Formats: sequence, C-alpha cells, structure tokens
Amino acid sequence: MSQTETGELKSTETAGTNTKSKILQALESKDLNVQFTDALDNEMVLNMGPQHPATHGVLRLLVSLDGETVVNCVPELGYLHRGYEKLAESCSYHEFIPHTDRLDYLSPMANNVGYALAVEKLLHLEIPERGQYIRVIIAELARIQSHLLAMGALVMDIGAVTPFLWAIREREKILDLYDIICGARFTTSYTRIGGVAQDVTDEALNGIKQFLDELTATLDDMRNLVERNKIFIVRCEGIGYLPKERCIELGLTGPLIRACGIERDLRRCEPYLVYDKLDFRVPTYNDSDCLARYYVRVEELVESVKIIRQCLEKIPSGPHNALQSKKVLPKKDRVYTKMEELIHDFMIINFGVNPPVGESYSAIEASKGELGFYFISDGSGHPWRMKIRSPSFSNLQALSEMMNNCMISDTVVIIGSVDPVMGEADK
Amino acid sequence: MNIERLELLKSKLQQFEAEYSDTNGSPGFYIDKDSVIDACRVIKNDLGFRSCVDAISVDRFSKKLRFEMIYNLVSIEHNERIFVKVRLDTKSPAMQSLSQVWDSANWYEREAYDLMGINFENHPDLRRMYMPEAYEYHPLRKDFPLMGIPDSIPLPNK
Repeated sequence: MSQTETGELKSTETAGTNTKSKILQALESKDLNVQFTDALDNEMVLNMGPQHPATHGVLRLLVSLDGETVVNCVPELGYLHRGYEKLAESCSYHEFIPHTDRLDYLSPMANNVGYALAVEKLLHLEIPERGQYIRVIIAELARIQSHLLAMGALVMDIGAVTPFLWAIREREKILDLYDIICGARFTTSYTRIGGVAQDVTDEALNGIKQFLDELTATLDDMRNLVERNKIFIVRCEGIGYLPKERCIELGLTGPLIRACGIERDLRRCEPYLVYDKLDFRVPTYNDSDCLARYYVRVEELVESVKIIRQCLEKIPSGPHNALQSKKVLPKKDRVYTKMEELIHDFMIINFGVNPPVGESYSAIEASKGELGFYFISDGSGHPWRMKIRSPSFSNLQALSEMMNNCMISDTVVIIGSVDPVMGEADK
Repeated sequence: MNIERLELLKSKLQQFEAEYSDTNGSPGFYIDKDSVIDACRVIKNDLGFRSCVDAISVDRFSKKLRFEMIYNLVSIEHNERIFVKVRLDTKSPAMQSLSQVWDSANWYEREAYDLMGINFENHPDLRRMYMPEAYEYHPLRKDFPLMGIPDSIPLPNK
C-alpha cells in the first residue's frame, strides 16, 4: 500500500513541478533523505522543551522514539541555573532568605522554613512554641499550595481542564492568606533566623480556618470528578512504573517513594518543629505508578488540612521569636527607639550571625521530598559553602527509567506525576 | 543513631582506617580515596545504607588536599543518616565514582564535576550538569569570581 502511495506522490510531483509552492520546494532540499514508507516504523529523535507547556518549566528532554514508543530519554537541566550556591557564599545568612523563595517557587513558605531551621541547627538555636506552630501552619499551607497545582497540572496534561481551574482558584486563596500573613503573595521571605518576620494575626488564623472548610468541599468535588473518570484511570494506571528497589537505589524522596510502599516521611522519621505532637497519617501506596503518586498527593492534602486544624487549636500565645538578641533580628519599632536594639540590628545586618565553626545538615519534608541544606561554616557571617539538596533534582534522575518503553503521550503524564520544579532542580 | 549501631559502623570501617568526624549530630567518616569504593560497598551491603541522597563538593582552599566530596547516605530500614567524606588532591582532584555503588550518585557527581571540577573515574556519563558544554571554568571554586568571567560564554549573534 505504501508503494502505491509513494508512486502516486511521485507522479504528481513530476507533473506539477512549476505549480509547487515555495514551502514544498524548501522541504525537498538536497539533504532530505527521509523515506516515508510507514509513519510509525522509523526511529526519530524528538526534542521536548525547554519551552514546552507539559514540562512544567524549562526542563528539556531528548526523547528517542521507535514509532510511538520511547526508547530512550535524556533530561537536560540548567536552563534556570542561577548559581544560588555560589551566591550564598557571599550573602550573610539573613540575606539569603529571599533567594530561598525562588528555589521551589510553588511552595516558597516551605523553603523559608527549611532554610531557617537549617541555620538554627547550625546556631544551636531553639525557637519558642508559638513560632514553631506558625511554621508548621505555613509549611503545610505550602504543601497544599504545591499539591493542588501538581494535581491540577497532572489532570490537565491528560486533558481535563476543569479540576485545574478549581485547583488554581483554591490556590489563589492561599496566596491571599500569605498576603495577610506576611505582606507578599508569592515571594514570601517570611521566616527569619530564630523565628518569623511578624506574628500571625487572628484575622489570618480565622481566614485559614475558613479556607480549610472551603478547600475540603472543593477537594471532594475534584475527587469525584477525577477519580471515577475512566480516561484518567486508564491513562495513569501502570504508567511510569518504577520497582521499589530502584526507587531506593535512585534516592527518591517525597510522594514518589511513598507511592512505592515505603513509609518514609521526614516529619515522622526525623521529626522537626512540633510534628511529633501532631496526629497525622503518612499515606502510602504500593503500585508505584502515576495513579499511586496522584493518590498519595491527594491524601497528603487531606492530612495537611488535618495538621493545620490541630495547629489552629493548639497554637499557644507568647513570643514568636527566640530571645537571643545577638542572633535574632529585633523588632523594627524598637530599633528606632532603643539603643541596645539598634546596636544588635547593626551588628546582625553588617556582620551576620556568626555561627560556630563546623558543618551541619538539616532537612525538612517539603512538598516534593527531602529539602536539605548542608552548611559549612568558618565562623564568619556568611557560609563557607552551602549545598542545597533539592528534591526535584534527584527525583528527575528517575525520569528516564520511568519513561522506558512508554508511549510518547505518556511522557507528559510521567513528568506531571514526578512534579518537578525547575527553579529548585537547577538551583 | 543508637550507640550499638554506631559501634558496629565504626568496627566495620576500621579496616579502611576511617576517621570519625561528627556533623552536628550525624556521624561522618573520612575515608581515604583509594579505599572508598570498598568501604562504600561494605556500608551499602552490610550496613544497609541503600540510598545515596546527595553529594556535596567542597573547596577548602587549602594548600594540601584542597577539595572534598561528602556523600549523604540514608538507611531507610534503620532510619539513619551518615556522611562519607573523601579528601582530594589540590592539583587534579579525582576519585573513583561512587555511582558504581549507588546509581543515584550519577547526577550528583555530574554536578560536582560541572561546578567544582572534580574528576570521577569510571563514571558512566560524565557531562556537565548545568553549565554549557563548552564552558571552561568551574564556578563553585573559590578562585572563580562571583561576577563571572567576561566573555566566557559567547553571546548569540544578532
């Protein structure tokens, strides 16, 4: 059949050479030696990204295809590399906080918390209970914010637009809450070393309570719409499978490792803040495919709502910043009126917090996985070396293995289920 | 990490002359770069540290043994974390690639090669991770200026 087709094509070509449009003439340049016998029977290399809507940022994939089946896939990173580890070496510990917003820009609050906790571990600083509860609340809000988008984007990549719009609408409310809590919607920079920038008001806490009620209602609607949809299930079930052994070997963290049946959550394994006083479940699934990863994320959303509700009940009154005037920035109104605070403010801003010489590693369970900061301090006001252990980077390493022998249309689903954020992967 | 496991770890690593160094609460071990592969096989197979979650490259900027690699290893069963540290030469920092032991070290070592210029022998795919392929420098080294080197990346023609 293909022979007759090519035969026909050739006859028309030779007949109407003069009437051919310029674009067709350009296509038939000398170095074109592709033979169109069967469209599904030749190997080709497809370049996906870095400007591709399904790659969630500037991830570039080189995919080699056999027909419609993916034979090999090579991710290329670095399109959003800003050299944060180099920048950190010339920033004081406080100055780097705004940069952490730009790591995982879908959950900036969690990065703020992770960074502040890492510096505090280096400084051996403990913050008061109210500050810890505030941090848990904002870190869980960040998880909701990130998982809503991950869910919505995964479903939209499959073709359902409505859940995505609903997710974005709920996410918008979180951004408004951030506005009340810290004055910025997106780049929050809310935490400080030894506490948070300002106390949360009752207005914010009431707003969060109201938001959680609205979220649970919308979440149920979304789940009804998505989880009983046959197209969604067929497109996700068994896609992007990675055996449990490989998940461990590749150092995966976060929802990816919980989707293969391993109950590893740093909130439970290496408890930080007040997570050991809170009651929550770590959802795990055994299938290790895209559907399992979706379910893990959705159930984590429900758990996060539970955690925030407990925090709103338990949050004590009292100071939110540690009482260590040489390490913690004083309040601005006291800086302008009191001599002692002015001196401390000047010293912290100009010379930094000067942690003791040594090395320290601290990690939190961010929405994508283990977000860690490794500090090497030489005793001066800025770190000698800071290494960011970003979950998206190491999770992306498993991408090519998940894509082995899948169909080209499944690549977007697999990327959606890994949920990488390139700001974090490229640092 | 409880004391029994730490003693077991120390006794197993004694044959490699590992030097204990605390990392703010987590145990760390300095291991000689010639025996690091054998030591890491013991750590992975006998002690259960089956995940390598990060590798940190350090430029100490000292005359001797300027560079250092720190591997962040996790045991999921025992819920433990240790750091394996390797000191490297000043002139041509190189070591055996630990991606022979943990597959995940692949990208972490590519990152260290790109940004710090450490060579990993027997690495399956030693390419630059972030910087352009034709880039000549290693930006995380301490002698690389923060502002970058002018004209080191050619701009596209208009």
